Formats: sequence, structure tokens, C-alpha cells
Amino acid sequence: MELIEIQNLCTSFDGVPVLRGINLTVERGRTMVILGRSGVGKSVLLKCIIGLISPDAGSIRIDGKEIIGMGHSQLYAVRSRMGYLFQGAALYDSMSVRGNLEFSLRRRELLSDDEMGERIEKQLRLVGLEDAIDQMPSQLSGGMKKRVGLARALITRPEIMLYDEPTTGLDPITGREISHLIQSLEEQYEMTSIAVTHDIGCMRAIADRVAMLNEGVISFEGTLEAMGKSKDESVQRFIDSE
Amino acid sequence: MKDTCVRFTRYVGSMTTFALRCLLGFFRPPFETKETLRHIDELGAKSLPLVGTTGLIVGLILAIQSRPVLARFGAELYVPAMVSISVVRELGPILSALMVAGRVGSGISAELGSMRVTEQIDAMEVSGIDSFRFLVVTRVLACTLILPLLTGIFNVLAILGAFVPAVTEMHMSWTLYFHWAVYSLWLRDVVPAILKTLAFGFIIGVIGSHHGYTVSGGTEGVGHASTNAVVTASLLLLFSDMILAKLIVLIWN
Repeated sequence: MELIEIQNLCTSFDGVPVLRGINLTVERGRTMVILGRSGVGKSVLLKCIIGLISPDAGSIRIDGKEIIGMGHSQLYAVRSRMGYLFQGAALYDSMSVRGNLEFSLRRRELLSDDEMGERIEKQLRLVGLEDAIDQMPSQLSGGMKKRVGLARALITRPEIMLYDEPTTGLDPITGREISHLIQSLEEQYEMTSIAVTHDIGCMRAIADRVAMLNEGVISFEGTLEAMGKSKDESVQRFIDSE
Repeated sequence: MKDTCVRFTRYVGSMTTFALRCLLGFFRPPFETKETLRHIDELGAKSLPLVGTTGLIVGLILAIQSRPVLARFGAELYVPAMVSISVVRELGPILSALMVAGRVGSGISAELGSMRVTEQIDAMEVSGIDSFRFLVVTRVLACTLILPLLTGIFNVLAILGAFVPAVTEMHMSWTLYFHWAVYSLWLRDVVPAILKTLAFGFIIGVIGSHHGYTVSGGTEGVGHASTNAVVTASLLLLFSDMILAKLIVLIWN
């Protein structure tokens, strides 16, 4: 059963079209990886799904509810079921790691200080950063920031997780570690996910299905196996670049 | 020319909508009281040395400059009254506001602008938190509340500053000085000035927040936004002061 349904989604910036009619569905509990070259609109698509960008036309349904044109309070309710890992982690730089994880949790769930502390420590243990709890984001490396961003996104136990370039800017080893961490967390939490990336290794580690975004449209959509057999030129170029 | 007009109209429209959203946010729960108090402490306490020093010096200069002029008319005794009335009615509110606009307005704009370009505001939004309420409404409310307090301190220090030349050059006693400075102030000098500072604080908060919250163009954009915030806020403060001064005279006199 589809949890996310996107139909004929179109977006433009200053009259320049970015998305020219995206059609995509993601089944509950599955991970869809969207591949594409830099600047094709992958992050824009994710931001449309979570309501940060209003598209020009089309439809986005989350669990059957149309989110385009939704009021603020309803949109916040939908977002509370979602998590988002930003490309640059987007940690709150005035707060410690603990503060980053506590911020949304405190506003969304009624937990005692002890329960909250326990949840934060558990989440940081999952991403292997329990020792960094009192550090500030400026003291963390790129990979550590991604891990904290991941812990922050997952602490509210979202049903849907969106990853924006989870391995970009990291060295290959750290990138692989993050990919495997995402894979294990996906299995543990049974989430429905969309990840945009141009990292084939990351895609192989986490994808159930793959979509190729090319010139504002989805030029290929299918399983990893089908991708290998695809005659689509953009898909082949991506595979060859591995 | 047409493009400039369109851009200006859009800017005014966006600013007006932003200000109205802030005003509504003041009265609609949930109230982020802890965050507002943090900003009052952060923005208010740290502006105190600047505003206080300016007040002290302005009072002192005003007394030094006005004494020889008033002496020409044999009205030297009116120096304390002139200082207190001019400071309380006009100089205190506008100079405090300009000082706060320079210090706080640019700070708010830079802070929110950096949060915007590093996607921290988006991160707040995707966590289901109303970033406008948490980041903007709290800062604008803090500015609106701190300016009357800072102006009060400016006024007191300016009157105290003017006391120095009154003693050293005019050999006036504290009792006489205090009597002339305070008893020449009427309620209609004080109340409209306080109301005016509430409006000035709101303007500083809205302009600073608007420029930061809506920033685009990366770190360069943040720099432009904070400079523009100070320029726009200063001009708008002077312009609104002109209108409010006329209104106050019409209503209270």
C-alpha cells in the first residue's frame, strides 16, 4: 500500500522549471532512492514532500492526505510523522548535541527529564556518539554532524524519513559507515524512506527501489535489479561512473 | 524603474504581512515565555551599557550647550527643565531607539539570516515547530518590551549627566536641580513618549527579523541583510517619529 503518492508535480524558480511533472509512489515500509546529477532538483523534490517549498502544480499525498495547500497546523501535524536529514545536517549551532536532540522532543512529547535524558542517550548510542552529548556542533566533524542530524531526526520515531544527500561531503569510509547506519536504523524502525543521492554505494546499501531524476522528470523507476538491466542512458551513465 | 517599483511594493507588502503576523503572534498561544525572557535578557541587558553611556553624555552635552544660550535671555535656571523635557519627550526615545536599532536590529538580522542559510530554520519547521513563533515573535516582543525600559534608563542618566555642569558651572544644589528637572515634567510629556517607544521597539524587532528571516544569497546575503536592517530601521524610526510627534501634539496638547 502506498504511503507517499506524488502526481504530476511541477516546480519552477523565477520562471525556470525545475520539476516538470514528477510521478512517484513509495510503498509503506520501503526505501526509495532518487538518483540524479547535481542540480536536477532532487533536494527540491524532498522539500516539496515535506512542505518547505510550495510547488506550482501537482499533488502530494501522504497517507492519503493532500499536503499541497494544507493549513499550517495540519501541515505541522503531518510533519510530526516525518523526519528529515539535511545535506549539511543543519544542527542548531547555539545548542549542544543534547540541546539539538531535546529541542523537538520537548515540544512534541510529554516526557519527564529522566525519560528524555534516557531517550537522548539511547539515540546517541545508536549512532555511536554517546560521548559527544555535551559538545557543540562546531566541535564535531562532518561525519559526526550527519550522525547527530540522523539521531535528531529519528528521536521522535518518525514513520517517514527523508534523507537529503546523506553521504555527500564525507570521505568514502565515513560515507559507507553512514549508509550502513541508515540501513540498520531502517530495519530497526521499519520506516518508509526517500533518500536522494548521487552516491551509488549509498544507494546499493539502502534502496528497495530506485528512481532516476533527469531533466525534471523521473526517467526510470524500478528495483536495483531492473536498474542494472535498464537501457535508460542516464541510468547507464550513473552505473558506469561507479 | 518599473522593476524598482514592483520590488518596493513587494517589500512593503511582505513587511506589512510580517508585522501583522507578529502582532497576532503576541496574543495567540502557545506563548514562548522562556524564550522571550531569554531575549529580553540577551538583547536588553547587553544594550544597557551603550544606551546608558549615550544618555549620560547626551545630558551632559545638552546642559553645557544650552546654558550659555539660555543665559543670554536670563533663563539659566531653566537648564534642568529644558534638559528633562527635551530628553523625556524626544531625545530619549529616538536616540535609544537608534542605538538599539544599530546594535540589536543588525544582531537579530545576522542571527536569523545565518540560521536561514544554514537550513536551521527549515530544520525547525520540519520538526513540526513553528519557527516564526519561536524565532520571530519572541524577538519582536522582547524588542517591544525592552525599549521603554532602556529609554527610561537613558532619560534618568541624561538628567543625572546634566546635573554635573549644573553643579560645577551654575553652582546649583541637587534639591533645586531635581525640583526644576522633575517637577517641570507633565504626565503628557511622559506617557506619549513611553507609548512611542513601544512602537519603536516593535519597528526595530520587525525590520531586523524580517531582513534575517527572509534572507537569500548565502553568507553575502546575510551581510547585506544586517546592513539593510539597520539602515531601514533607522529611517523608518525617524519617519515614524515625525508622524508620531505630530499626532502626540494634536492629541495631547
